[in-house]
Amino acid sequence: MRKSWWKILCVALLAYAVIGGILLPVPEIPQLQETIRNLYYHVCMWFAMMILFTTSVVYSIKYLRTLDISYDLRARSFAAVGLVMGLLGYGTGAIWAAYTWADPNNPAYASFGSIAREPKLIGAAMAILVYFAYFILRDSVTDMDRRARVSAVYNIFAYAMLFPSIWIVPRLLPSLHPGQEGNPALNFNDIDARMRMVFYPAVIGWTLLGAWIATLKIRLDILREKKWSNA
Amino acid sequence: MLSLSTEVNPRIDKPHNLRLQAVISLFRKDLLLELRQQHALYGVMLYVLSTVFVLYLTLDQPVAETWNALFWVMQLFVCINAVAKSFLQESRGRMLYFHTIAGPAEFVIAKVLYNLLLMAGMNMLTLLLFIAFMGDPTDSFWLFAGISCLGAFGLSLIFTMLAAIASKAMQQASLMAILGFPVIMPQLLLLMRLSKLAFSETFAAGADLGIVWLLLALDASVILLTLILFPFLWKD
Repeated sequence: MRKSWWKILCVALLAYAVIGGILLPVPEIPQLQETIRNLYYHVCMWFAMMILFTTSVVYSIKYLRTLDISYDLRARSFAAVGLVMGLLGYGTGAIWAAYTWADPNNPAYASFGSIAREPKLIGAAMAILVYFAYFILRDSVTDMDRRARVSAVYNIFAYAMLFPSIWIVPRLLPSLHPGQEGNPALNFNDIDARMRMVFYPAVIGWTLLGAWIATLKIRLDILREKKWSNA
Repeated sequence: MLSLSTEVNPRIDKPHNLRLQAVISLFRKDLLLELRQQHALYGVMLYVLSTVFVLYLTLDQPVAETWNALFWVMQLFVCINAVAKSFLQESRGRMLYFHTIAGPAEFVIAKVLYNLLLMAGMNMLTLLLFIAFMGDPTDSFWLFAGISCLGAFGLSLIFTMLAAIASKAMQQASLMAILGFPVIMPQLLLLMRLSKLAFSETFAAGADLGIVWLLLALDASVILLTLILFPFLWKD
């Protein structure tokens, strides 16, 4: 019970976020209408992705400080779950954009070229590409210790380069996406008070779910590691 | 030799003082090797020449915007090809020898300096060939040359670190491109924006200098990260 309180919290928060997200009142904005409820899923995915990637980098730093291989397994699992969250963020964003941004006179996919140029999408695409590259790098090194070291170095280097880019690119290009001057949803005035009641619990819930999946993967990896080293 | 391979944790290394002499000798070694085994250098030069020639045949005189975009993409590929070999050419035995005579910081600083020189040269060559074949849409050649030098420095700094990472894995050259593209994007966007200065586009007061400072700050952070992270790649 002491150890599993956060899993219970995760289920409770997600249940609240899903039920409340569908039933609770939302502000009426003509361009968005009911699609505004996607905020509870789409934006939460990005939050969870960034938090999970950050956790992954922290474990990479810990690995380089201690050279304990279990930290490398943790860094990998958190990056993997972060990547899944990022792809889900893309999926939910694509559905949202199809109803709000896409040109209604053409099929939705015809607008892709102009939508993909969005600075926020570019930033997200860079984060996802970096972590795809991270996994390809991991797979192309065969020696276990060397793989752990090289991928930890790349993880830290790329993450440190990603942050200035997420900060710079939106200031270079025009955008339709909310939150032009800085980071959307971090600013308290951006979101209506009624939505905040669901939004913040949803962020915490989805992040906890990601961490939960990651810890399961880590436990499996550590068991597998033990089995192979004993065999 | 044997005692070296048993040192696993890089933290065991005492932070010894940086010896300038070692940096200079390693730098000279790279330069001498390049001048003696000229095929590698000529290889990159030929790569530049044939790519520009292909562009010339397919496009002949592009408008300024296309010219600018092509120039920077070209610069990116030249950089990958020129810098990739800096760690590729070092065999296992030679790396072991470097371990006995120099520290990681000295080694990587020498590599960075050498790659900066190499990219400065390749940058001028690309620029001259571009102007010779595809016309000169710039209003101020020297301004564009200066911006392209700044860009070449930034690219070679980032790709030196990525070459060091990729040299530990298989299929280095293609891996370098995968690792590098998402990381290099913001620099490239900034450079393309800045180089519009040379096409006499007006900027808001101070915006151009702001971009230059931003690029220099990025370069400085790359150098810092390289110095912190390279020692972990050094020990094997």
